[in-house]
Amino acid sequence: MNRRQVICSLATLPWASVRMQAFAAPASGCKFLLVFLRGGLDTASVVVPVGSEFYYRVRPNIAIPAPGSQSDAALPLDGYWGLHPALRDSLLPLYEQKQMAFVVFTGTDDVSRSHFETQDSIELGQGLGTSRDFGSGFLNRLASVVGGVNPIAFTEQLPLCMRGEHHIGNIALQSVSRPAIDAHQRDLIASMYAPTRFSVPVGEGFAVREEIMRDLADEMDTSGRGAVSSKGFERDAQRMGKLMSESFDLGFIDVGGWDTHVGQGAAKGYLATRLEELGRGLAAFAAAMGPRWRDTTVVVMSEFGRTMRENGNRGTDHGHGTTYFVIGGAVRGGRVAGEQQQITEAGLFQKRDLPVLNEYRALLGGLFGRLYGLRPEQLERVFPGAPARDLQLL
Amino acid sequence: MGVGAGLLAACASGSGATGAHAPSALQGQKGASTGDDPVGVLDRLSWGVTTSAYRLVRTQGVSHWVTDQLQPDEQAALPPSVQEQIAAMTIERTALPELIYALEAQRKSADEIADDAAKKAAQHDYQLELNRLAREAATRELLRDLYSPKQLQEQMTWFWMNHFNVYQHKHMVRAMLGDYERELRAHALGTFRELLAASARHPAMLMYLDNAQNALGHINENYARELLELHTLGVDGGYTQRDVQELARVLTGFGINKNDPTRTEPPRLRHALASQYVRNGLFEFNPNRHDYGDKVVLGQTIRGRGPVELDEVLDLLSRHPATARNVSRKLARFLVADEPPAHLVAAMQQEFLRTDGNIPATLRVAFESPEFAASLHQKFKDPMHFVVSAVRLAYDGKPVMNANPMINWLNRLGEAPFNHQTPDGYSLAESAWDGPGQMAVRFEIAKAIGYGSAGLFKSEGPNPSEKPAFPQLANAVYYENTQQGLAAATRQAMDQAASPQEWNLLLLSSPEFMLR
Repeated sequence: MNRRQVICSLATLPWASVRMQAFAAPASGCKFLLVFLRGGLDTASVVVPVGSEFYYRVRPNIAIPAPGSQSDAALPLDGYWGLHPALRDSLLPLYEQKQMAFVVFTGTDDVSRSHFETQDSIELGQGLGTSRDFGSGFLNRLASVVGGVNPIAFTEQLPLCMRGEHHIGNIALQSVSRPAIDAHQRDLIASMYAPTRFSVPVGEGFAVREEIMRDLADEMDTSGRGAVSSKGFERDAQRMGKLMSESFDLGFIDVGGWDTHVGQGAAKGYLATRLEELGRGLAAFAAAMGPRWRDTTVVVMSEFGRTMRENGNRGTDHGHGTTYFVIGGAVRGGRVAGEQQQITEAGLFQKRDLPVLNEYRALLGGLFGRLYGLRPEQLERVFPGAPARDLQLL
Repeated sequence: MGVGAGLLAACASGSGATGAHAPSALQGQKGASTGDDPVGVLDRLSWGVTTSAYRLVRTQGVSHWVTDQLQPDEQAALPPSVQEQIAAMTIERTALPELIYALEAQRKSADEIADDAAKKAAQHDYQLELNRLAREAATRELLRDLYSPKQLQEQMTWFWMNHFNVYQHKHMVRAMLGDYERELRAHALGTFRELLAASARHPAMLMYLDNAQNALGHINENYARELLELHTLGVDGGYTQRDVQELARVLTGFGINKNDPTRTEPPRLRHALASQYVRNGLFEFNPNRHDYGDKVVLGQTIRGRGPVELDEVLDLLSRHPATARNVSRKLARFLVADEPPAHLVAAMQQEFLRTDGNIPATLRVAFESPEFAASLHQKFKDPMHFVVSAVRLAYDGKPVMNANPMINWLNRLGEAPFNHQTPDGYSLAESAWDGPGQMAVRFEIAKAIGYGSAGLFKSEGPNPSEKPAFPQLANAVYYENTQQGLAAATRQAMDQAASPQEWNLLLLSSPEFMLR
């Protein structure tokens, strides 16, 4: 309880104060980032059930070797689970510092196994089988309920989970560059809008871009001097960390490329390379947050896990249960959390997939409840009809 | 753009019925009229004013032009160079079924490759082909929006594509977009019943909302739900969950067959029902998958008897008063105001019901209303209207060679063609598009266009070349019309432009240009 109050001491201040604070000095409000891995991550290759004989039997070509068996084997997490070796230098240290937990057997009740349908229903977070409001995502409702947060999507399009009544902007980190509009033109444009109903958004648009440019000025300077700059997700994650440590406190980013039907590899190969990049990015984000990391929580999720058996192409197909990563300075980590069971043939969902034992809305509701000190009726607005379940991740 | 005092008030207050005042051809009743505001009418009913369109409307008169737009001349042609660009496209040269048979063969042969790397490469090629076909459809749409003389038809095509939304990245929808848009365009100014049937039977819709999977014993309610909630009655249309379930039963068995019938056996059918099998292009009605029990939809019993059940429910839905209200309200949002007056919607609804869903007749009620005349120059442009109107104004009579920059801008502005993932379509409301990020990006696009550096005249391919093309924004429309309507603040800013390029940037960035 105390811990939570420390994390979110500024969360109830009005928006403007938080922003002012962000300009002036590091604020102490809490920060939340959602990383959505689109395509259906094969989480059995990330948090590996090294204690399951069944896992090794049904994945003759793509299993990650048990810890200690060879040089590129899984890294032990506890007696039953191991971590993919590509995450040795990035995520394992966070896990060992108890700043990272994995929630296994997580996911949604949606069993369509369709990327789009499942992503949409997760992002809307409204429950299944009812009339849905496509204009209301759960992070937007969270922003409304919490109040006083400054949210942003680090994507080209505003994601479904951030659509809604609370105004949320977006900026694609890949395309951040010096603005084409110079200061003289900015002033002329602003003067044209002064007498109109658009003067506030126009002014804010310029201010946010300048804020971003200022936050990223160091990076631009160093890369201008020919320093080797990181690429891909790692670079985006560094930028995100910079922006979230300075100016924003509720963020979203998505990363694609996880739909591994063919040749996904094992300890090395396609998926290992993607995981290494993801891990480096998450570690870079943590580092870029600086002292604000202690107030920061990151959840990494994907729409579903993949089939437990490998397919005829040394890949895996669309499954059901998945694993969420919860990372942050205040996370009660170093453990594999949530309702669990042994992975056996008999325990599979529809004879093919990991079951869902930890429904994602209850899980995230419990996390948001602790993070922002929300009451059940407030959480009901974020995830209607899904009572929160507190896994004490914070 | 601007016709005088109306603009300033509109910009400053965000509401209020101002505009032109003389009585006119389009019989405004209470003073407000459209007859003396050709620019206002063009900005609302076309994809944006151009010098040539402005001269045409001035010559013909607003009333005549609007009547022509409501009943477009089928012979009215695109400029030859645009027609050539379109005619070379795969989506023009290959019918949808043949396109899909070829893609299915490509997909299957990729799947059969044993070597992992070679298989991934082949699957990648297949995806690239789907992307290419989607880009052709987007390019064709933009070229028509820019240069078709049938401007209202093109606007209504976008509106119906958005109403019956499909998302390009679901399965093979990318390959079907060109054909789907062609179908909806053919009925865009026809009757609602025809439009509804065209979308209901189109493989793109059957795939996007999963009705292709809807079968007896494996019910998928997705299409049934959206058909009621979004396409016809509307969320407040008075249907129940029971109606959704019953409608889903009616819709069982209506799906897609992607196999070439000349190369594959037709499905084996229970003998008694074999005669009911329907195959029309990719569309298929499969009696084995259909629920032949009776259903009750909106209180009406639908006798379980096969393919005619679809027509029966489409009749029922398209003639329902809630549908007339829902569609009229949405049309008025698109063409009059975000919150259209209830009595205008009621008048449109009445006409919709009286004419059995005749779209031009319903639109005419809106266009002839005083609210329409009073609303000109006050609707905030969504990204499509912003981008297309800017390029139309800048390059009237000089067709662009490359629409890719426009597609990229629309991506950045969040309204790219065929890219809305959920079935509700893009928002028609100002509040969805006037955020800080949006405005900042619009100014950057205004700069790219205004400086002539946008790449719209850059050829694609291994040896790209770019023709210099300075935008013609200081044109007759500006001097004869726009200029007089600019607010003092806008004029003062434009007077300080340091170059013709900067003047262009300011014109396209101005508050007046954001409105239509």
